[in-house]
Amino acid sequence: MIKLFSLKQQKKDGTDGGSKSGPAHKKASAAQLRITKDINELSLPKTCQVEFPDPDDLLSFKLIISPDEGFYKGGHFVFSFKVGQGYPHEPPKVKCETMVYHPNIDLEGNICLNILREDWKPVLTINSIVYGLQYLFLEPNPEDPLNKEAAEVLQNNRRLFEQNVAKAMRGGYIGSTYFERCLK
Amino acid sequence: MTGVDWPHRWAHVSKILTRPGPFAHPDFEACPEMMDFLHDDCKLLIIGAGGLGCELLKDLALLGFRNMDVIDMDTIDLSNLNRQFLFRKKDIGKPKADVAAEYINSRIPGCKVIPHFTKIQDFDSSFYRQFHIVVCGLDSIIARRWINGMLVSLLKYNDDNTVDQSSIIPMVDGGTEGFKGNARVILPGVSACVECTLELYPPQVNFPMCTIAHTPRLPEHCIEYVKVLLWPQEKPFGEGVELDGDDPAHIKWVYDKASERASQYGISGVTYRLTQGVVKRIIPAVASTNAVIAAACATEVFKLATSCCQVLNNYVNFNDTEGIYTYTFEAEKKDNCAACSQIPQHLTFSEDDKLQDVVDHLKESAIYQLKSPGIITTIDGKNKTLFMSTVKCIEDATKSNLKKSLKELGLENGQEIYVADPTTPNSLLFRLQLASKMDD
Ligand SMILES: [Zn+2]
Repeated sequence: MIKLFSLKQQKKDGTDGGSKSGPAHKKASAAQLRITKDINELSLPKTCQVEFPDPDDLLSFKLIISPDEGFYKGGHFVFSFKVGQGYPHEPPKVKCETMVYHPNIDLEGNICLNILREDWKPVLTINSIVYGLQYLFLEPNPEDPLNKEAAEVLQNNRRLFEQNVAKAMRGGYIGSTYFERCLK
Repeated sequence: MTGVDWPHRWAHVSKILTRPGPFAHPDFEACPEMMDFLHDDCKLLIIGAGGLGCELLKDLALLGFRNMDVIDMDTIDLSNLNRQFLFRKKDIGKPKADVAAEYINSRIPGCKVIPHFTKIQDFDSSFYRQFHIVVCGLDSIIARRWINGMLVSLLKYNDDNTVDQSSIIPMVDGGTEGFKGNARVILPGVSACVECTLELYPPQVNFPMCTIAHTPRLPEHCIEYVKVLLWPQEKPFGEGVELDGDDPAHIKWVYDKASERASQYGISGVTYRLTQGVVKRIIPAVASTNAVIAAACATEVFKLATSCCQVLNNYVNFNDTEGIYTYTFEAEKKDNCAACSQIPQHLTFSEDDKLQDVVDHLKESAIYQLKSPGIITTIDGKNKTLFMSTVKCIEDATKSNLKKSLKELGLENGQEIYVADPTTPNSLLFRLQLASKMDD
């Protein structure tokens, strides 16, 4: 075991060691270091792109997904990411800012994606979430619905679902809900 | 002995400190001066004056520690009084740290507990450096990670990259959750730190979004529904007002809405207390568990301070849900820990050198050979992204920095910069040694 204090050197210098140990720089937080690594190693699929409103704040950014196949081809969907100081112990908070007709995303922008909540693990990265979100657009999953109406249509009438998605992306009403245009 | 002591006051402790015993640590030197060290010189920091903190302060004071600082940002609530025994009904609303310190100082003669009613983040390294040992009784992982990072940052390294032992401030950390608890000893830079073992902390319970939205089965699902979905939608207290678990009006609103939802789905068990518990993510506290864990922590502090006995190596779990169970194991230090495996490496440049020179050096130097370094630092407590090429918009925003001199970028001698790169499992920490032209 390390003998930490011999009686000889028992007094601690109460004041700052000052000049000897350098100025009291604030340290980057563990969350900050981890997100820097995540961001520096982002390898985005070609349908995705990220934007940082403030490049000094890596904890807050937007992801834009523009699917090139599937129901949502041609659409343009913006997600906001907020990474807290608990990261990666806690997942980032992700919301969809674009109104979308989708079984797993509700009209408030809440997303049903397991790794954003119950299945989050600290080994996962921002990249894992990007791929998870991208997958939602390729394979919308009617089993875990957030938008129940959309999920029912997808389950019972794929043609109608496809038409509804196209209509919503062009801008228009599905039932009583108006969707803004999100085609490029 | 100082004036406050009476005959045999410390007889129990001096039996251990003034004579060697069969279980004493081989390096232990039995001597009466050790008692003076405890009384007069040893400085402890106790973080948290709640359930564990009250126990810790009492235990440590009765072991003979007198110079203690205690930090807590909370005030006393009625629900604390069943176990946070340094507080009385008249103290409700007052800062926990203040009341705890005053109680210990008046009850245990000679004690000089100094309270700090503030966040740990409000102090910088010059404050933390003054302590011999830091003891934590916290319920927040964020706070644990912060103090862990702080203590790691105080380490100094010898030329051969070994830790300068005089710079180590041990951290003794206790945690409880109902009838379960743990205690651990962290020697920053030497043994596993909080960040090395982040996965040992239980993950936050998050229910699937679709369950809380459409298929609730538990009262907790109903409360989460109101918290996660209804609050941001209905904004009952105005735009941008976040749900505050300490505001009774907020909790009442959540409770009413959750009760409504529960009755729709025929779910029973939504109560005001449960609502508060779910919103604040309260972990039920059991007084006896706190007492056990605090005692284990205080014993480790005593062993660390006196070397009278081997310290815990390095983690003990305790569980008395059914019978009593304890298990001790050695949590392993990670070679690629983002906090404690970062031995700062020195980079020497002139303050007129450009950031491009630093990037080139990191890429071309035989030791580093980085591929696409992303570089950040903190200036005046604010994060700054110096350069990152892997994300287009950050590259666009930061590439002009490459042409700037280190001085122009506001980097000082001794500045720490963090470098992430795909070739290394964790970011690298560099300390800049900047020479001005005059020094050449
Ligand atoms: Zn570590």
